[in-house]
Amino acid sequence: MSVDISQFHQVYFEESFEGLDAMESGLLALSSGEPDMETINVIFRAAHSIKGGAGTFGFRDISDFTHVMETLLDEMRSGKRLVTPAAVDLLLRSTDQLGGLLTAARDKVEPDAEAIAEALTELQAMLNEAQPDAPAPAAPTTPAAAPAGWRIRFAPQAHLFMTGNDPARLLRELTALGSCTINCDLSQLPEAGAEFDPEACYIAWDIELSAPVEESAVREVFEWVDGDAEILIQSVMPSAAALAAASAAQAEAEQLAEDRRQSDRRAGDRRAGDRRQSDRREGAAGASSSSSIRVDIGKVDALINMIGQLVITQSMLLDLGQEITPEKTIKLREGLAQLERNTRDLQESIMNIRMMPISFSFNRFPRLVRDLSSKLGKEVQLKLAGEETEVDKTVLEKIGDPLVHLVRNALDHGLETPEVREACGKSAVGTLSLNAYHEGGSVVIDISDDGAGLNRERILAKARERGIIDAHVHPTDAQVYDCIFAPGFSTAAVVSDVSGRGVGMDVVRRNIRDLGGTVDVHSTPGQGATFRIRLPLTLAILDGQLVRVGANVYIISLVSIIESLQVESANVQTVSGSTELYSLRSEYIPVLRLYDLFDVQPDSTELSEGLLVVVEAMGKKVALLVDELLAQQQVVVKSLQTNFRNVDGISGATILGTGSVAMILDVNGLVRLSRERYADLPLVPNSFRMAQQETIQ
Amino acid sequence: MSANMAVMNFGGDTAVGEQFLTFMLNGEEYGVDILRVQEIKGWENATEIPNTPPYVLGVINLRGAIMPVIDMRLRFGFPSVEYTAATVVIVLRVRNENGQERTMGFVVDAVSDVYNIPVGNLQPPPDFGGTIRTDYVRGLAMVDEKMVILLDVDYLVASDVAMIDAEEPGEIAESLAE
Repeated sequence: MSVDISQFHQVYFEESFEGLDAMESGLLALSSGEPDMETINVIFRAAHSIKGGAGTFGFRDISDFTHVMETLLDEMRSGKRLVTPAAVDLLLRSTDQLGGLLTAARDKVEPDAEAIAEALTELQAMLNEAQPDAPAPAAPTTPAAAPAGWRIRFAPQAHLFMTGNDPARLLRELTALGSCTINCDLSQLPEAGAEFDPEACYIAWDIELSAPVEESAVREVFEWVDGDAEILIQSVMPSAAALAAASAAQAEAEQLAEDRRQSDRRAGDRRAGDRRQSDRREGAAGASSSSSIRVDIGKVDALINMIGQLVITQSMLLDLGQEITPEKTIKLREGLAQLERNTRDLQESIMNIRMMPISFSFNRFPRLVRDLSSKLGKEVQLKLAGEETEVDKTVLEKIGDPLVHLVRNALDHGLETPEVREACGKSAVGTLSLNAYHEGGSVVIDISDDGAGLNRERILAKARERGIIDAHVHPTDAQVYDCIFAPGFSTAAVVSDVSGRGVGMDVVRRNIRDLGGTVDVHSTPGQGATFRIRLPLTLAILDGQLVRVGANVYIISLVSIIESLQVESANVQTVSGSTELYSLRSEYIPVLRLYDLFDVQPDSTELSEGLLVVVEAMGKKVALLVDELLAQQQVVVKSLQTNFRNVDGISGATILGTGSVAMILDVNGLVRLSRERYADLPLVPNSFRMAQQETIQ
Repeated sequence: MSANMAVMNFGGDTAVGEQFLTFMLNGEEYGVDILRVQEIKGWENATEIPNTPPYVLGVINLRGAIMPVIDMRLRFGFPSVEYTAATVVIVLRVRNENGQERTMGFVVDAVSDVYNIPVGNLQPPPDFGGTIRTDYVRGLAMVDEKMVILLDVDYLVASDVAMIDAEEPGEIAESLAE
């Protein structure tokens, strides 16, 4: 039977990258504290699985490389080697190389042979180093006299094939150690006619290996099936009967132990599962402990699509329900209400499949901060909080790069060197904290440092130099700080390879904006800066308010709506002839006429005949003029970009109960659109106009 | 005759010729690669997309997907006609430079025929003297003594600023990585 094992490659790579992450976080834990046996074990196990899988799939370079790492780790594990910072550092770097190897194998490209050879040499050098301080190795368990051979009993349990192990492969490996006489024990085969499970293993083997190899070499062959099979290894001594008897007794004791272990296992797989889980909980400190299943994202997406259709159907039925005869209406409405509840529940739980803790994104930062701070000669303490905060997977994937950028910036520009810090009376160690939490319908991520803060004068000077802020304008702090999000803006005197090229903050803001989020900055000179990212919980479904302008129906996200009101003509004021401000409870709110922005025909162009929907856009209030408010309903967000392109002022489209398409408004985009159109308005911060123009080009 | 030719060659050696679906537009016959045609459907009202040129009629719901619809008459500068139930939308799969496929509908006067056109019979488009863009014309072919203008739909869409994003998302990711 030939199986195409390449289909398992993807799973192997996924697991290996997870293993790499576990190794990395374990190593980082080692570097920062007391060497903890369990942590070393976790690292070792991860390396071991990667090596094992690589061997099975024929990735020679990966298994060879991991083998050397594993040897080093094994020495640490057995106490033969001390856990020194140098060793941890080397292992960390080797982890990177291993990641490179895995990526290369996955993408079927050539790995960076030079870097890998270099790392291998370093690892070998460390292995060869004498370890004077190390405690004496444990007394060897094997007798000093080398045996002439081994008698091995290999009796797999019935479920062996389920674990994906192939006995023939093991036997082949064994023959590679020396000449073998293999006897097959068929005594466990069921009688003819008895119940026979074709997927169970009924065969055992007795093997005589006549080669003077170490016991560990023999054990290694069976390492993968240890626990799934009864393995008995007896040495065959040249003469010395006493010695043989002794080892036989030892083997018997071993068998007893093994039997006990097996009965334990039979006693309850569930218990074993619990134990394994608790092991893991102890092992990977801080890692998520909940059990998980691997689901193809395509399947989840299909499910989400289906639930989307269901939501549409439901809203269609709801429409229909209004027209049914009075007698049946009550029952129908009850049923429909129930349908609505069910659909919502179903939808919510399916959406939850996509939700992942933000720790997936945060996990890379301990390493990043460690490497960067040592490169920059700064001492930094990283504080992570709210890692369990859940966000949509798509959001999570897209927020990674902007976060990295902000963290790098904070390290490079924000935090000072220890000398400067001490001179300012601050502790030499800077603090960088990442904090995630839910607030209303959104997820907030704060990236704060206790560094120097943004330099208002320098930013203002640069902004004036670049014409972002006119010379005679006296902007507020917020307006000045906002300039750092302008394209190509950088005040860094020296361009380092960390940051300073001015590519970035505008991209950070744009990427976050693409996710329907916002980013802004608060800064106190001498005390640090905080970047606050606000993101929607999910991108797939939103609660919408349907509004009508002429013949067009638009949808406004409910969370962005503050209130809707009828226009009192007395409260409308016009500034410089074109901008209208609506005075609402002593606040002046600019009015955006939707029909004008979108160039469509409204019922009426009179403010007093329409309705104002007050929404929050980029932290400020604006009022949108519409003809009528329609229903509120959940809508499934569909991208315009899939088949067309992004459109200013539109965040997507949806399909209504009637089957027709309606546009979902992007209120931030609407404000940009109006600023762009009426670019000479005094209300418009100049930084924005500039950003907009660059985007158009 | 032409229909027979097409039937005879259907599924035949593609190296010899390519099959084109042709449609009528203001009395002229245009052709597109038949492998790009997903379906042909009747006209239905589209939802307008704000701030797009008049030839972008809007988007429609194509079995749950949001699909833009382009009026080919307006796109090529011909006078527009009123849409009726008989107005035809050809749904095409259009690729961009990155090989991503987009599904778009194109409103035409009528679907005409399917021709098998040997590659050798294709003539390069003549230079129209700058007023008419020829870069989305793949070539001209004579079929039954009629001229058929074969279109490169990928380029027709890619060369149109109204149909593409100002910036490709890929670029953003790249500049972030820096």
